[in-house]
Amino acid sequence: MLLTLCLVVPLATFVVSFAVRRNADLQRSVSIAGSALLLLASLALGAQVVANGPVAAQMGGWPAPFGITLVADLLSAAMVVITGIIALAVSVYGLGDVDRDAERLGHHTLLHALLLGVTGAFLAGDLFNLYVWFEVMVIASFGLLGLGSRGDQIDGTVKYVALNLIATLAFLSGVGLLYGATGTLNMADLHQVVPTLENPVIVLTTAAMFLFAFGAKAALFPVFFWLPASYHTPSVTVSAVFAALLTKVGVYALIRVFTLVYDASTLPLIQNLLLWSASLTMLTGVLGAAAQNDIRRILSFHIISQIGYMILGLAVFTPLALVGAIFYILHHIVVKANLFLVGGVVRKLTGSEELGHIGGLWARTPWLGVLFLIPALSLAGIPPLSGFWAKLVIVKASLDAAYYIPAFLALLVGLLTVFSMSKIWLEAFWKPHPQPDAAATMTLSRAERWSLLTPIVALALITVAIGLIAGPFYGVSVVAAEQLLDPHAYVGAVLGENR
Amino acid sequence: MNSIILSAATRIVTPLMVAFSIFILLRGHNEPGGGFIGGLVAATAFALYAKAMGVPATLRALSLSPPTIAVVGLAMSTLAGLWGLVQSGVLLKGLWPLLTTADDGSKAGLPIGSVLVFDVGVYLVVVGSVLSILFALEADVAEENEGED
Repeated sequence: MLLTLCLVVPLATFVVSFAVRRNADLQRSVSIAGSALLLLASLALGAQVVANGPVAAQMGGWPAPFGITLVADLLSAAMVVITGIIALAVSVYGLGDVDRDAERLGHHTLLHALLLGVTGAFLAGDLFNLYVWFEVMVIASFGLLGLGSRGDQIDGTVKYVALNLIATLAFLSGVGLLYGATGTLNMADLHQVVPTLENPVIVLTTAAMFLFAFGAKAALFPVFFWLPASYHTPSVTVSAVFAALLTKVGVYALIRVFTLVYDASTLPLIQNLLLWSASLTMLTGVLGAAAQNDIRRILSFHIISQIGYMILGLAVFTPLALVGAIFYILHHIVVKANLFLVGGVVRKLTGSEELGHIGGLWARTPWLGVLFLIPALSLAGIPPLSGFWAKLVIVKASLDAAYYIPAFLALLVGLLTVFSMSKIWLEAFWKPHPQPDAAATMTLSRAERWSLLTPIVALALITVAIGLIAGPFYGVSVVAAEQLLDPHAYVGAVLGENR
Repeated sequence: MNSIILSAATRIVTPLMVAFSIFILLRGHNEPGGGFIGGLVAATAFALYAKAMGVPATLRALSLSPPTIAVVGLAMSTLAGLWGLVQSGVLLKGLWPLLTTADDGSKAGLPIGSVLVFDVGVYLVVVGSVLSILFALEADVAEENEGED
């Protein structure tokens, strides 16, 4: 019931927000109410999964593995909860950020279509429906990226569309091949069938196709170039949702497929590819960021670099490493969305995102400096903020498993992240504004202050909370990782007595 | 497009295609067919009409804008799914209120239920979204042609 609710809420919000599109105020209220309901539904689902273990629901009453199954273990539930948090944060932030034109063209409607796709992907119990939810998400994100049809937006959208279509095609081909070989696509069923396959070629081929497809969605090296080409072009609200959720759906799919469907530790080639791809992703992302001078471009490259840490956790594939990967995802979504939101406020107060054209914020608005420093230092992994624990677990797991080079790279990349963050700090906050007279006229209205700063403060508080009281969050990650490595409860919830 | 042959043929072919699309939609209940493919056939019919008579005439004939058609369809499918959720606790559960099953297993009445509502919704979503995309592209072409004149 709660599983279905987590999908019905964004779907209903999508329909209702379209129906009331001529009334801007009503549409905004519908959008925020929809996000708030999604957060409530996801929290209830999370509580249920924490209390009772994995839950599943069969659509239309057709039993698994024949019908459509929705299923949530602790990883899925945690991802849905964090989706709800981000949904509410960006809906509120959007009040002060998204312009009227974008709203009229369907910003709210598309935003909830995107949330529907993201939630669906986290809850899908079979590979074909995972594909369908990916499509829903990708089509909505095409729309959100292109709203306004500015030249640079279309340029970014075309690159985004091109790589995503290729990745989707690889995904669908892999699904087809796997179905031909096994006769099932239900992931719990595949968990039992794939180890019995006698043809190692089909296992490796489909695994490699999924690796490429999800790797491209997650922006892994070397298929990451669509991300920095497109993420700085839409409104800040949209950038923040993309940064928080889209690549993480790819990471989630990689973790799900390579723990449940395939056992990554029995496929050394895939594991090595993941390992080296993760290391190079961390490095190229952070080096790319160092070369940029635009706040959102710097942050976009940092997404790539951070994805590397999560995939490193999957590649090392010890229980501790998976704990680290999950903890990293939860921490990263909050921090990265918040940095984009702060970047939007910086632009409103200084008139640009280009570091050469802005400055003087520390003298004018020291509170914004604090709000920037919390996620920025957390991203770089400074104790006691959330990023420190996430990095600590990943590096410790890599060292324990004797992967010394990736562990060294992870530490080096942390250092380079500090460099990028201090660059934004020095340019935007510390140095005087090149045109102080023009900048002094740019202020936030009272309404803007509420809608823009409330989500930033809330997300910053979550970051601090994950850092200072890491215990419960770490505990959730441990249980989620245990469920991934021993999916008995998951398989039982899906297949019931048909096992 | 200014062609007497095309516009004369369209007047006959478009109603036939729409009727055929509805046949496919209804047939899809138990046989190959259904809302998706039926919707594509109907969208083709209106695309042909738009080629022959122009986009404004087609929009008048449709009387609802294509995005609205799509969202009405989505709302229908959502409600059909929720119907099952409310009545039996399972989303998308097939329900046939007009169908009665006798003790010997034979069925009587009309097989009209949530599944048909869902499929009509899919039909409308497909018609609406295909026509939205098509008309947007047609509008771009029309603008470019005006620029050349």
